Amino acid sequence: MINIEGIAASAGVAIARAFKLEHPDFTINKQSVQSTDAEITRFNSALAKSQEELEAIKERTRAELGDKKAEIFESHLLILNDPELIDPVRTMITDEQVNAEYALNETASQFITMFENMKSAYLQERAADMRDVTKRVLTHLLGLTYVNPAEISEEVIVIAEDLTPSDTAQLNRKYVLGFTTNIGGRTSHSAIMARSLEIPAVVGTKNVVEQIGSGDLVIVDGLDGQVIINPTDEVVAEFRVKQKQYQEQRAEWNKLRDQKSVSKDGVHVELAANIGTPNDVAGVIDNGGEAVGLYRTEFLYMGRDKLPSEDVQFNAYKTVLEKMEGKPVVVRTLDIGGDKELPYLDLPKEMNPFLGFRAVRLCLDRTDIFRTQLRALLRASVYGNLRIMFPMIATLGEFREAKALLLEEKQNLIAAGIEVSENIQLGIMVEIPSTAVMADQFAKEVDFFSIGTNDLIQYTMAADRMNERVSYLYQPYNPAILRLVKMVIDAAHKEGRWAGMCGEMAGDTTAIPLLLGLGLDEFSMSATSILPARSLISKLSKAEMQELAAKALELQTAEQVVELVRGIDA
Amino acid sequence: MQRNFKITDEDGIHARPATALVNTANKFKGAESFAEAKGKKVTLKSILGVLSLGLEQGDIITLSSEGEEAEAALSALSDIMVSEGLGEIND
Repeated sequence: MINIEGIAASAGVAIARAFKLEHPDFTINKQSVQSTDAEITRFNSALAKSQEELEAIKERTRAELGDKKAEIFESHLLILNDPELIDPVRTMITDEQVNAEYALNETASQFITMFENMKSAYLQERAADMRDVTKRVLTHLLGLTYVNPAEISEEVIVIAEDLTPSDTAQLNRKYVLGFTTNIGGRTSHSAIMARSLEIPAVVGTKNVVEQIGSGDLVIVDGLDGQVIINPTDEVVAEFRVKQKQYQEQRAEWNKLRDQKSVSKDGVHVELAANIGTPNDVAGVIDNGGEAVGLYRTEFLYMGRDKLPSEDVQFNAYKTVLEKMEGKPVVVRTLDIGGDKELPYLDLPKEMNPFLGFRAVRLCLDRTDIFRTQLRALLRASVYGNLRIMFPMIATLGEFREAKALLLEEKQNLIAAGIEVSENIQLGIMVEIPSTAVMADQFAKEVDFFSIGTNDLIQYTMAADRMNERVSYLYQPYNPAILRLVKMVIDAAHKEGRWAGMCGEMAGDTTAIPLLLGLGLDEFSMSATSILPARSLISKLSKAEMQELAAKALELQTAEQVVELVRGIDA
Repeated sequence: MQRNFKITDEDGIHARPATALVNTANKFKGAESFAEAKGKKVTLKSILGVLSLGLEQGDIITLSSEGEEAEAALSALSDIMVSEGLGEIND
């Protein structure tokens, strides 16, 4: 039994015999040719056959996996027709009177080397695309037939040096239970494809090809990134259990993907996701998110050397709204300062950044920055269901001032003939104790609350969450926090508003029963927590959780609260 | 005629938008379009050329077009840059 560590590229456990996918010998000899015209004709014909194949693979991928996954073959087609590749090959055949295989290989190698030497990891991986296209054409030139992965007809685990995008697209899910490769990372095409095919995969093992013989029994553990070769019966039994558990869990979660989040006694709550960039929306949809509960816009401002323009912001907001197709999107306005710095703003260092000049405090001072963001948001509002949320509101005065700026920009846009949605909900993050305590007054003026527990806990307990020596005071389950959360939720409901939560606590399986009982309407969490949370909520009765929460509020310590929740049967 | 852009996409110019740029450039038979960055100029008819620029976030790229359809081509290419969220005009 041999154990090899790799990168967990696609979740799940697969156990089957090894099928080594070996590419044929592409050894290329330099030969001189008599008729360069005939050689060019041969090259053109190999290109035409490759073109035909790629069109077919592209169409099949589009049909089975969707437009997005087919895009890679659109790029391959462009490479195949790229004058920078094709022209030098033809010139080389003519000028040097060499065979097409040699001319193509030489030319392609230069591009492969170029990609491999690029700084960006993403561009380095494009070398794989170049190799894939080159091999396809060479296969035709050399008259080779190689085992097409599509022809596998028994249950196997595919072992390969690397899987090209076209290899992966041709894998038959029915027979290929998993795969493992020597090279690749989480963002390589094979890994991305494996996740969309839901085939367990471990990549980047460096030497599975050398370690595994065809027909060996192999376990691919795509949960923990390990490959086990010729396992003992006990180990196989152990992994069968792991496999079954994962499959059951997955099946249960998948059933919930398109369902509403409803408690055992039929009460609906909204499970939303926290995102940082438009790219995160795909994960929200995959995990059955009912809304975006927190779009952290500061990522637009970070990692650059000047403020993002109104158009850059507009495009990002519009993309998120469109992709969510009318589902609510809560965008938090710029929350910079504290632990998140923007070097180009050149703000002075502060003694207590978490208690300092940050978020809405900064925005109300630098209204130029704030107005740009508000305009971008208002312009994007017509593309979906936008909700705007101000962070770090401590007083009603701050909220009114921020709201006034928003209304002013809205009037300006309307006056300029630009369309703006009339149904934008306006809310605040509740993360400062003064605001939680005054929630009954805020509720008269805001459309919603979203409780930011990460900060609310540190401000309530007066304990810096970055400071390990006081980390024991970061107590989400402390009755003090639960009481504040209750005040906010009750205040919202009294005025007919809704209350959500977008801190870590909202996705925490210990906190969810309590929050459900306290009457929280919206839970916003990382996308991968949504289905487990939906599953948990479906097993809980809200009426019973109300009793549980009432008991928790009367307890003395966080430990007692945790003990109380652990005692429930779910 | 030409236009400058600053790459804003955190991934730089990657395969999908590069594909869109090349497909757009190829649509205009009456124009020859180029991309220039870091002292290297490539034709926009070549995806390998565009990728070879190795563009990353923050880099400046100049798109230019020549020929009778130059104006239309450049305008279409600019739209791709902005709509794909690749870059912002930096003239």
